Amino acid sequence: MYDWLVDHKIPLGQWLKAVVDFLSTHAQAVFDLISAVLGWMIGSLTDLLLFVPPLLLIALCAMGAYLVHRSIGLAVFILGALLLVANLGYWDATIETLSLVLCATFVCVLIGVPVGIAAAHRPWLYTAIRPVLDLMQTIPTFVYLIPTLVLFGLGVVPGLISTVIFALPAPIRLTHLGISSVPSALVEAGEAFGATRRQLLFKVELPYALPTIMAGITQCIMLSLSMVVIAALVGSDGLGKPVVRALNTVNVSMGFEAGMAIVILAIVLDRVCKRPDRAARRSRKA
Amino acid sequence: MTAHSTVPPEAAQVRAATAVEFRNVDIVFGHQRARAFPMIDAGASRDTILAATGCVLGAANVNLTIGRGEICVLMGLSGSGKSTILRAVNRLNTVARGEVFVHHDGTLIDVARCEARMLRDIRMRTVSMVFQQFGLLPWRTVRENVGFGLELRGTPTAERNRLVDEKLAMVGLSQWADKYAHELSGGMQQRVGLARAFATDADILLMDEPFSALDPLIRDKLQDELLDLQQRIQKTIVFVSHDLDEALKIGNTIAIMEGGRIVQAGTAEDILLRPADAYVAEFVKHMNPLNVLRGNAVMTPASALRRDDGAILLGRDGQVRVVIDGEGRPVSVSLNGREGRLVAADPDSGAVAPAADLIVAPLDLKLKAAIALKCQTDHPILLVDKLGRLAGLCDDEEIYRGLLRRGS
Repeated sequence: MYDWLVDHKIPLGQWLKAVVDFLSTHAQAVFDLISAVLGWMIGSLTDLLLFVPPLLLIALCAMGAYLVHRSIGLAVFILGALLLVANLGYWDATIETLSLVLCATFVCVLIGVPVGIAAAHRPWLYTAIRPVLDLMQTIPTFVYLIPTLVLFGLGVVPGLISTVIFALPAPIRLTHLGISSVPSALVEAGEAFGATRRQLLFKVELPYALPTIMAGITQCIMLSLSMVVIAALVGSDGLGKPVVRALNTVNVSMGFEAGMAIVILAIVLDRVCKRPDRAARRSRKA
Repeated sequence: MTAHSTVPPEAAQVRAATAVEFRNVDIVFGHQRARAFPMIDAGASRDTILAATGCVLGAANVNLTIGRGEICVLMGLSGSGKSTILRAVNRLNTVARGEVFVHHDGTLIDVARCEARMLRDIRMRTVSMVFQQFGLLPWRTVRENVGFGLELRGTPTAERNRLVDEKLAMVGLSQWADKYAHELSGGMQQRVGLARAFATDADILLMDEPFSALDPLIRDKLQDELLDLQQRIQKTIVFVSHDLDEALKIGNTIAIMEGGRIVQAGTAEDILLRPADAYVAEFVKHMNPLNVLRGNAVMTPASALRRDDGAILLGRDGQVRVVIDGEGRPVSVSLNGREGRLVAADPDSGAVAPAADLIVAPLDLKLKAAIALKCQTDHPILLVDKLGRLAGLCDDEEIYRGLLRRGS
């Protein structure tokens, strides 16, 4: 019985390979186009950020954070943290990682927020996509790294795609949560005054859900950041590269410094993305 | 629109004064509505229908006409279906069967069936709503909340600001315009809700237990303010309440609901003096009738008084003789042959000159004022209509009868 079972293996892997092969032979142009667009997007963002003198950019970051959050402490912290990164010699790598993270988050928001809204309005859709979201978050990253590598080639793009696959469920889930938790009283107030579906979405649902959606975006950034090392494995530039190199050469000091830079970037992004106090206070009371 | 053309002309004229009309309205929540209809027609109760079909009966066979400028209070315990039918007026609830007509742009439109564009037009311009939990948008300032309906309608900013300031002044919140809703007390928040509803200048105002979430003093104050505003703006108000005192205070007409059906609709006096069934009677048992009842509801009509040679005899032995002129107006009184004084009372305060022998008061004298008069003078009260003609007598016996709620 068991032998029979083993002998008649279901060619699950073969099937998937066939799909990937089919795509790579027949739709390669599409993937090349996607690859070119995404690669261009990340490349230009990196170039732009690197074009600005590092010290000026650091100062701008600190000032920007102060303007948004009105906190001297935060500005000083960001100034110190970014200066430390530059001092360690990881400025360029940090910028590359930052642009990868920002692009991945941008793509995630572009896809995730509309999908989240659609799912909140259609319970059946959420039921349908929930297992997919679970799969995206639980399946080991390396598993889908391989087909993306086949389809998009080496470089920063498969890194971005893998990052998006991993981070996308967060904005979808939190957008869904935010939109579906809008109190029915507010929706009815909108309807009672003659709001169209679009007005209801933009004037009632999205403003109410905004804090939750923002939390989803922050989470998305953090998840993207946790993917930099994996992305480096398929050739993305950035802070992941020195970590991988340090691992291969058992270089404790380089590994620690690069890891430190990732942590600093994560903390800075997290603090900057936290909602300003005013909005936090308002939603807490309401 | 279509219904209008099929109505005979005289009926159409009557309808011109109608703001909202429910005609055989059933509201059913659930999937197997069709199966519930025959049961509703057979008069089955909500529980029976739920058990048989899995549908929840929201309202059954509701017929109600609300005139323009009237305040109609839908009254009942929670779950009686009052909010359910209120929300059918702007189709927040779907009507399963029947029609709900709303006076819009000079015609009666069936809200239950009209197309989406018309519905939106009605919601934007004709029917506005005040919610129990205020329904204010917390991320907007008071000003932005009040302007919400106008914004949806696409009113230009300058015009919108003008209207919003006007309505804020109307509810006395001008200084609070730039605060957020949660920074205001509950009473103030509901005033924002009122201003928002007034802002679109809709003729029909739906109020879904608007004051229930407020403490009693604030509630009383807002009720007074609403009545005061109504004097000026003359809207048609459909008001849902579970509080009979509130209903009697605010409503021109009151519809009492139970189990999704209207059990009695009428004026406050009707309901107090002639409850349609035991349920209503139980409901009104502990009501204070003093503020509701008026002389005409308790009086002995002039036709039932003892007469002698064109004069009317009062008192047990007929020793008080009231002479009536050809128009039916009381002109003089004699007590045991002595000439007495006939004095008119102030209908509001119940004050009367001290040296009176018989009091004349308007027909709609409040029972409370009548008691004050009796207490002060102990003379019988003659009630006269607007033309001064004798309509009836209000004496001790009539007052006691009214207080005990035994219809005359």
